[in-house]
Amino acid sequence: MLSVDNISMRFMGLTALDGVSFTVKRGEVHALIGPNGAGKTTLFNIISGVQKPSAGTVSFEPVGDLAKIPLGLRSGLGMMRTFQNIRLFGSMSVLENVLLGATCLRRGGVLGAAIGSPAARREEYSVVAAAYALLERVGLADAALAPALSLSYGAQRRLEIARALAGEPRLLMLDEPAAGMNDAERETLADLISSIRDQGIAILVVEHDMPFINKLSDRITVLNFGKRIASGSPYEICRDPAVIEAYLGSEHRDTEHA
Amino acid sequence: MSDFIANFLWTYQTVLSQVAINSLLALSMYCVLATGQLFLGQVGFMAIGAYCSAVLTTMLGMPLWVSMPAGALLALLVALLLVQPMLRLSGVYMAIGTIAFGEVIRSLAINFDVLGGALGISGIPQSLPQTALYAMVIVVAAILVCAMHSRLGRAVEAVRTDELAAQAMGVDVRRIKLISVLASAALAGLAGAAGAHSMGTVTPNDFSFVSSVAILSFVVLGGVASPLGAILGAVLLTLLPELLSSFSEFRTMINGLAIVLVVLLLPSGLFPLKIIRIRGNAKRR
Repeated sequence: MLSVDNISMRFMGLTALDGVSFTVKRGEVHALIGPNGAGKTTLFNIISGVQKPSAGTVSFEPVGDLAKIPLGLRSGLGMMRTFQNIRLFGSMSVLENVLLGATCLRRGGVLGAAIGSPAARREEYSVVAAAYALLERVGLADAALAPALSLSYGAQRRLEIARALAGEPRLLMLDEPAAGMNDAERETLADLISSIRDQGIAILVVEHDMPFINKLSDRITVLNFGKRIASGSPYEICRDPAVIEAYLGSEHRDTEHA
Repeated sequence: MSDFIANFLWTYQTVLSQVAINSLLALSMYCVLATGQLFLGQVGFMAIGAYCSAVLTTMLGMPLWVSMPAGALLALLVALLLVQPMLRLSGVYMAIGTIAFGEVIRSLAINFDVLGGALGISGIPQSLPQTALYAMVIVVAAILVCAMHSRLGRAVEAVRTDELAAQAMGVDVRRIKLISVLASAALAGLAGAAGAHSMGTVTPNDFSFVSSVAILSFVVLGGVASPLGAILGAVLLTLLPELLSSFSEFRTMINGLAIVLVVLLLPSGLFPLKIIRIRGNAKRR
């Protein structure tokens, strides 16, 4: 449903991405991994529309090429994302964050909502009910009216996922969802991600944590120095010589990323 | 007792009108600051509203209920023409661009003989009753409070706190900013027209950069948590100099000190109540 075709990204003289291609199929968890500086986040930003690529295309079914579609309209196509450095609306409540995630589903205009038209009220009620159901699912319903920033770190990450799910995406993009989590939080997150997949939502995930990725993903694409060096199932990836070299160094000298 | 009130209202009518007009201006500034835009062109739109309304009344003999809305409408139209290039700017660049806009309007007023040059227009009938002025403030504040209680308020706050995240959630950031600038311009135009008809004179110096800063300080003092905060800021900063009139040399110093203290101690402003925006609490489960 998502195909990334020959994407390149150059910043002045630096080539951050060099002709990367891969596809995400309906209902799969697709992981994007690679050592620090491999270009994962840049690629992720290009796919979600935060940055424009220097060359190449990103297409998303059924609209096709996304080049002309700005970030603000991509949620309406069914693409929602989270952020590596959590970007919740901190001054707002947990519930309001989820309500904002449902913005693209709204039919009525903001001005109708401002004067409190009956249609806008009805819409608000149904969106609030849906938001509560989502909060229930990520275990945050009891904190619904608390300020988003009062949540623990792991809970904030789950809230970001709930907020993204509120837009009823067909493709959910998670940027390092397990970063900084402890084992228990990671476990809960893995269960949540599998349940989202089972619902038929495709997931593109950028992550560092290899055991987490191996357990969750159906397919993995590995980047190194802006190039795709491997692509396949977790089993294949773990045995791929190019991947082992990228992570461990050719003569196993550099074990920093092991 | 009623004599006392009547006396009080008569003695302080200028101050009371000023409080109401400054409240309208604070609400105008609130509209743009609530979306996080440092848009300081209010004095320009205020001048447009004031001159338009003054010219319509003194030269064409139009009644108040035509000239005042006309002033606000003209400000809105000018804003519609200028909003596209203005929204290309952000942060301090927007502040500088919009300050420049205000100065351009002021220079135009000084250099047009029809508008009375540097002396401005005087002898405008002071036909706007104070009750109408206060009714206007209440109606505008009520509309803004309702709007900020709705989904629009949520989108506005999202744009202010994190524009990129707001965009990623599908909030039409441009549209929200556009609405806020247009609302701000129309309100400033209305305040300008109201000022012209309650003070009876319009001079280019009413619309200087100093006034911009004063309007900005109302909202900085009151905070952007609620439109009522902006009004609180306007009321305090208009009354404070009057209460301190015996220390007239220190007035601006005390004003400045008040703002510095608020920014240091209460960075989100004096008005503590955050708008609660959830209508569907009862809908849980």
